[in-house]
Amino acid sequence: MSSEMTVWPSQSRDPAAPASAPVGKSENSSHHARIRVPRSVPRAVARGAAIVVVAALLVSLPLLVTDYVLSAILVPVLALALAGIGQNFITGYAGQLSVGSAAFMSVGAFATYDASSHLHGLPLLASFAFGGFVAGVVGLFFGLPSLRIRGFYLVVSTLAAQFFVVWLFTKVGWFSDYSASGVITAPKLSVAGFDLSSPGGHYWLSLFVVAPLTVLGRNLVRGRLGRSWMAVRDMETAAAVVGVRTEQAKLLAFGIGSFYCGVAGALWAFAYLGTVEPHGLDLDRSFQVLFIVILGGLGSIAGPFVGAAFVILFPVALDRLGSVLVGGSVDAGLLQNVEKIIFGALVILLLIKQPAGMARLLQIAWLRIGRWRPRQA
Amino acid sequence: MLRSRVSTYASILSAALLASACRSNSENAAASGAAPTIASSGPVVGKEQYFPLQSYRVGPYAAGGSGFFGGFIDYMQLVNIRDGGVNGVKLTWSECETEYVVERGVECYERLKGGLNGAPVAAMNPLSVGIAYATIDRQTADKIPLITINHGRTDSTDGRVFPYVFPLSLNPYSEISAIINYIGEREGGLDHLSGKKIAVLYHGSPYGKETQPIAELLAKKYGFGVTHIEVPHPGTEQESQWLQIKRLAPNWIILRGWGIMNPVAIKTAAKIGFPVDHIIGNIWSNSEEDVIPAGPAAVGYIAITTHPSGRDFPVLSEVDKYVLSAGKGNMADPKRVGTGYYNLGINNGILNIEAVRVAQTKFGNVPLTGEQVRWGFEHINIDGNRLKELGAVGLLQPIKVTCQDHEGGGAVRFVQWDGTQFKRISDWVKADRALLRPIIEDSSTKYAKEKGLSIRDCDGEAKL
Repeated sequence: MSSEMTVWPSQSRDPAAPASAPVGKSENSSHHARIRVPRSVPRAVARGAAIVVVAALLVSLPLLVTDYVLSAILVPVLALALAGIGQNFITGYAGQLSVGSAAFMSVGAFATYDASSHLHGLPLLASFAFGGFVAGVVGLFFGLPSLRIRGFYLVVSTLAAQFFVVWLFTKVGWFSDYSASGVITAPKLSVAGFDLSSPGGHYWLSLFVVAPLTVLGRNLVRGRLGRSWMAVRDMETAAAVVGVRTEQAKLLAFGIGSFYCGVAGALWAFAYLGTVEPHGLDLDRSFQVLFIVILGGLGSIAGPFVGAAFVILFPVALDRLGSVLVGGSVDAGLLQNVEKIIFGALVILLLIKQPAGMARLLQIAWLRIGRWRPRQA
Repeated sequence: MLRSRVSTYASILSAALLASACRSNSENAAASGAAPTIASSGPVVGKEQYFPLQSYRVGPYAAGGSGFFGGFIDYMQLVNIRDGGVNGVKLTWSECETEYVVERGVECYERLKGGLNGAPVAAMNPLSVGIAYATIDRQTADKIPLITINHGRTDSTDGRVFPYVFPLSLNPYSEISAIINYIGEREGGLDHLSGKKIAVLYHGSPYGKETQPIAELLAKKYGFGVTHIEVPHPGTEQESQWLQIKRLAPNWIILRGWGIMNPVAIKTAAKIGFPVDHIIGNIWSNSEEDVIPAGPAAVGYIAITTHPSGRDFPVLSEVDKYVLSAGKGNMADPKRVGTGYYNLGINNGILNIEAVRVAQTKFGNVPLTGEQVRWGFEHINIDGNRLKELGAVGLLQPIKVTCQDHEGGGAVRFVQWDGTQFKRISDWVKADRALLRPIIEDSSTKYAKEKGLSIRDCDGEAKL
């Protein structure tokens, strides 16, 4: 009992929880009711069991779902969620506005490609790590202006990264191994002798890259570095006064965030599309990643997953719904435009109703379910 | 507590994903039923052949998408209404909007590849380089032909390495070679090219740069000078490029443009006084949409095409008679029937249906698998007589596709804008394909090596 009481204050330190009084109250009041595990089972065991079940489910998904779900939904969701986590380090945690995430993804993808094409025999995962590292260095470089400027001015300087990277990869043939069209093609995917070229293999590769990085990211934002990021975000002057090394924190946010984006870009190019061209990861993709973070939840690790799933699934769902409801009777172009309007309207509605993002929305829904169940029992 | 919240999120997420997975599972199973068996067990008994359309009717490239897919659909409609399908096998299709976005196109591919109500997929026609690149591996694994008419990877012309990819009618290398041949013709023979100056004004993208090595090669061969001048995307400002052209004073300019860059180039040319009838637009600089915004400055502008605009071809009269006057036309604006993109769609329809027809001679008059239709594509042989039967003389070039050669054509016609329409000013001008073939094979074998692919033995297959 007491242990739970002591855990609660950490809630207020969690950036995903806005300091809104009504929600906080409802959580507190529902706190006892939420516990559904019998007292005799230690919580750690229950938690461990839940993690094992979820992990087993995630790993065995290729046996349960179609190739369509794997290769058209899950793989891009995982890749974009990873990019979203990277963006969240920079924007959601450290509070630095950036629209360069697609540029860092692009650097990661091309660096991974160059590593695997110029250094023969380099293991796939090592070239992913190399791609992420190069993207991290580039991100660090473009994060330098954040030491002097803020807000919209910083947006402009990250915008420069976006244009510079596209220009560089188009201009300099070496990066695409002198491919005539500038488009790079993923080599055959295999890790430690396992052939990963099937849709299930692409999914596993993504999962085994994204899952450890997610756990690492979660620990990172809960540790010293994450706290200094949040301090910088909430009030930079105060953070500096209490001894947070703000310059270091901001640069590390750009470096680590870009590392994540770089690995995400490599996944996007290698595990998802199998190809990438400089213009494939342009400013639109940066905005998409930014939307994923804003919709999913700024300053949260789960948020990017929810946001990425929404951004990928929602247009598909609307498209299918549209063709089922009025298929054939309405001009196809008109239907598409209506879908865009609905998508935009829903996003605005969501941001008004739940500015803390969809992860928060789901969390509240979960708490309500938890409160509701025991009363029935 | 945070730990448990994270696992909570994870379980919600996985539950949601699972739910969506189950939904699409059942939908796909209902839709595709026979799909997994098609590939292995020969023709499926049924009445329809399915063409999935990864179309784009909204977004920045909607003009191209709606015209192309409109023409394609109208042609399929014509075959259904006039002939009752291909030898009794009706054509069916459904659209999936891509907005020209690669991942939407991939999603559409994965969604539609299983067929429609048991009708097997014949081929995919995305009309997008990005989508085509992203689905090459998938379609090769799924054995579904990928048709990239007039675009796509140049080296996919080599069918030994790319068994399921067909850059039909014209690839970028053939395009530049045909343009040079035409310029040679205008100058009084290729030997008169020596000492001439040609500038290539290109869009700052992989597409724009693609033909540079070929232009250099041809320059060396014929002794003319070539200068490449880049216009950064989107190309609304070209003052400095045209100043450079003014200093250079080239004899001809080849415009490898895209979108807004084309009318701006034509207008700026007029401003500095460069004769617009010495500018030759490439395959993506040849539509009405490229010249009309330039107004009177565009009169005299020359462009290449594989699908001349106009409604005076017999096949278009048939479309008019059977489809449009029956109120079954696909175009929202009937005035666009016969424009460049629409006629490209008609050509694409003719080639796809011809492949089905050819494949039926071998596999029977039943709906065919992608693998069987691939055989049909590799045996397309449209000569002068066949063109007459199809009502497409002058609209489509003679095309003979083989296992080795997935392009099959490689010729273009030149058209000139007279202020209201494109006038045809040449017959089919051929590219020097024998010169280009080794370069294509170098690139494709490099690709095969990189991907660990084995090269098909075309002669061996032909004997089977």
